[in-house]
Amino acid sequence: MKDLLGLKDLSAVQLGLILARAFSYKKQFGSLGRIKKVLADRHILTLFYEPSTRTLTSFNVAAGRLGARVNNISVSGSSIQKGETLIDTIRNLEVLGFSAVIIRHTHGGAPRLAADNTKMAVINAGDGFNEHPTQALLDIMTMQQYKGSLKKKKIVIVGDIAHSRVARSNIWGLLKLGASVTVSGPATLIPKGIEDFGVRVEHDLDRALSDADFVNVLRMQHERQADQNFIPSKREYHRLFGINEKRLARAKPRLLVLHPGPLNRSVEISSGIADGGQNVILEQVVNGIAVRMAVLTLLIGRAKNA
Amino acid sequence: MPKLLLKNGTVVDPAQNIHAKLDLLIEDGWIAGLKEKITAPGAEVRDLRGKYVAPGLIDMHTHLREPGQEEKETIKTGSKAAVAGGFTSIACMANTDPVADDVSIIKHIKEVAERSGIVNVLPIGACTLGLKGEHITQIGEMQRFGAAAFSDDGQTIASALVLRRALEYASMFGAIVISHCEDKSLANGGSMNEGFLSTKLGLPGLPRAAETIMVARDIELAKNFGRLHLAHISTQESLELIRRAKKQKAPVTCETAPHYLLLTEEAVGAYNTSAKMNPPLRQEQDRLALIDALKDGTIDIIATDHAPHTLDNKRVEFNLAAFGIAGLETALPLLYTHLVKKNIISLDRLIELMSVNPAKIFGLNKGTLKIGAPADVTVIDPDAEKKVDKTKFYSKGKNTPFDGWRLSGWPALTIVGGRIKYTSAEGVLLKKL
Repeated sequence: MKDLLGLKDLSAVQLGLILARAFSYKKQFGSLGRIKKVLADRHILTLFYEPSTRTLTSFNVAAGRLGARVNNISVSGSSIQKGETLIDTIRNLEVLGFSAVIIRHTHGGAPRLAADNTKMAVINAGDGFNEHPTQALLDIMTMQQYKGSLKKKKIVIVGDIAHSRVARSNIWGLLKLGASVTVSGPATLIPKGIEDFGVRVEHDLDRALSDADFVNVLRMQHERQADQNFIPSKREYHRLFGINEKRLARAKPRLLVLHPGPLNRSVEISSGIADGGQNVILEQVVNGIAVRMAVLTLLIGRAKNA
Repeated sequence: MPKLLLKNGTVVDPAQNIHAKLDLLIEDGWIAGLKEKITAPGAEVRDLRGKYVAPGLIDMHTHLREPGQEEKETIKTGSKAAVAGGFTSIACMANTDPVADDVSIIKHIKEVAERSGIVNVLPIGACTLGLKGEHITQIGEMQRFGAAAFSDDGQTIASALVLRRALEYASMFGAIVISHCEDKSLANGGSMNEGFLSTKLGLPGLPRAAETIMVARDIELAKNFGRLHLAHISTQESLELIRRAKKQKAPVTCETAPHYLLLTEEAVGAYNTSAKMNPPLRQEQDRLALIDALKDGTIDIIATDHAPHTLDNKRVEFNLAAFGIAGLETALPLLYTHLVKKNIISLDRLIELMSVNPAKIFGLNKGTLKIGAPADVTVIDPDAEKKVDKTKFYSKGKNTPFDGWRLSGWPALTIVGGRIKYTSAEGVLLKKL
């Protein structure tokens, strides 16, 4: 495997391989000094065409723990704004000697375009509303950590499915691992043809949650209401699709709440839940480092290292 | 001009109901004889045994990019591509830079085309100034200087009132308005057909209703205010609306393009920008409905929507890539191989769709080989078989999803105004014979 572009194209075996390695790295988090610096001679680049805090930081921390050197390029402050094409950018960066480039991009398919035009390993850190594979891997890892195998487990993804790369990567990954997935959200934000992925669509969130083991709560982006008219108000959104105490009281008692962050408190998630015992949000962040370490070593580590 | 005698070919001229082995004599740029065994002393003779001799193909929907985007195509390169594809007349859309919304641009295009003298270039004038959909253009004046039709192609005239005015105004001159049916608000920046595949690829979708809604609106406008031709129809629902409208004798005609007949959205594969066009490639049910509509006469014309772009316009993120494919040099063999050879439609019907009907609908004195008609002739070699090689295109646009397709039914000879402009052996002939 040269690149990680999405979970769509991975097999269950490949997913298992990444996750097993992530769990093994996580075990070593108690004594960071003992982690082998297997990427000590590697240069890694992050190329972000969209702002990001946690994904970018997480990749940096993951690379740092493996001894790699990281350079970060963001769109503001680069020649991309001067009109350079993605392919030109990638070719220039390749000859600077990077082993891997981690790309976040506004448009679906951009990392694939990059990957097709470089020898560097390309890791997709989110492209348009196509995929965000490391986020889904860390979500899946977190679910497995709490409840073991996901075979026949029920996962609800709620929110703006239409514009969510997190939702799509989760769906691809979860279905491959035998889970059953329900998506919920306003009808304006459920994309056409999503049923054909093999998921259930349920606009009544209470019904969707009634037998769920996990709910993955997507961030409701402000502009979806303000400029784009997908929802009439945040208030009504919260009433219909917000995760709060009242709603969870009606669900299974051991339902766990995931959220990729950053949180919009009182919109998609109440503060009571965000700060309560039923969410695993910070554990997701920790697992994100482990997953990204696993991905980096699998793609650009020496064969017998790690 | 020497006489030209085409011997032993099978003449296919649906305008005269002819499908027979006849000789064709051309004199001074006109058809001078059409019967068995013509002898003409002093004439240049071409033996066309085993080949079809058809009225020259007419493409009512191309983009020649000149003036303004000569890096994508020029009138000359587009003209070469046309004759190499078997076309003797091509109409070019008004979305040049500056827009062909004024008689000066129409005259310019005609002049440049005549200087290279390869193919009949029929400029299409804009319906509204700057393609803005606001103020109607001087349709009468542009027509007087050679505009063959009027269209804001690429843009939809969003205001029904403005389109009404254009239809009413154009009707005074018997001018045909061509409509690009797309509700831009519903299209909302989409880049491929909306559905499972767009969701899977994470690409913004173009819903089929964006086309169908405008087809419905335009049919109602045509019924009330004047004759309308609908460009590049791609959905089953649009065809149902058009079929019903025709039954009601509404003054509408329509066209589709080869790619909608041969491909579906699956061709987008993994972000293949050569399969990005507007309207987008649809689904199998639409493709089959389009083929049915070719058979039952709902579709009047096949036009290429030849839309050349540079490699740079296509080697980018799918959402950012330009819409459209180069079509002039592949249309005939594609349709011959995949429709005629497979007995889906007859060659006669194909010639109707690509020559007779365009001439009839747009009032051109073409589309037939009857004596006295201009000698625009396309000779088709049903046995010539080769692969599409985009690197060999005369067009500057190498953007095709058909590269590498093995096809037959290539043009063997293209004659424009009595002069041989293309032969499969020698390629495009530039010098005037």
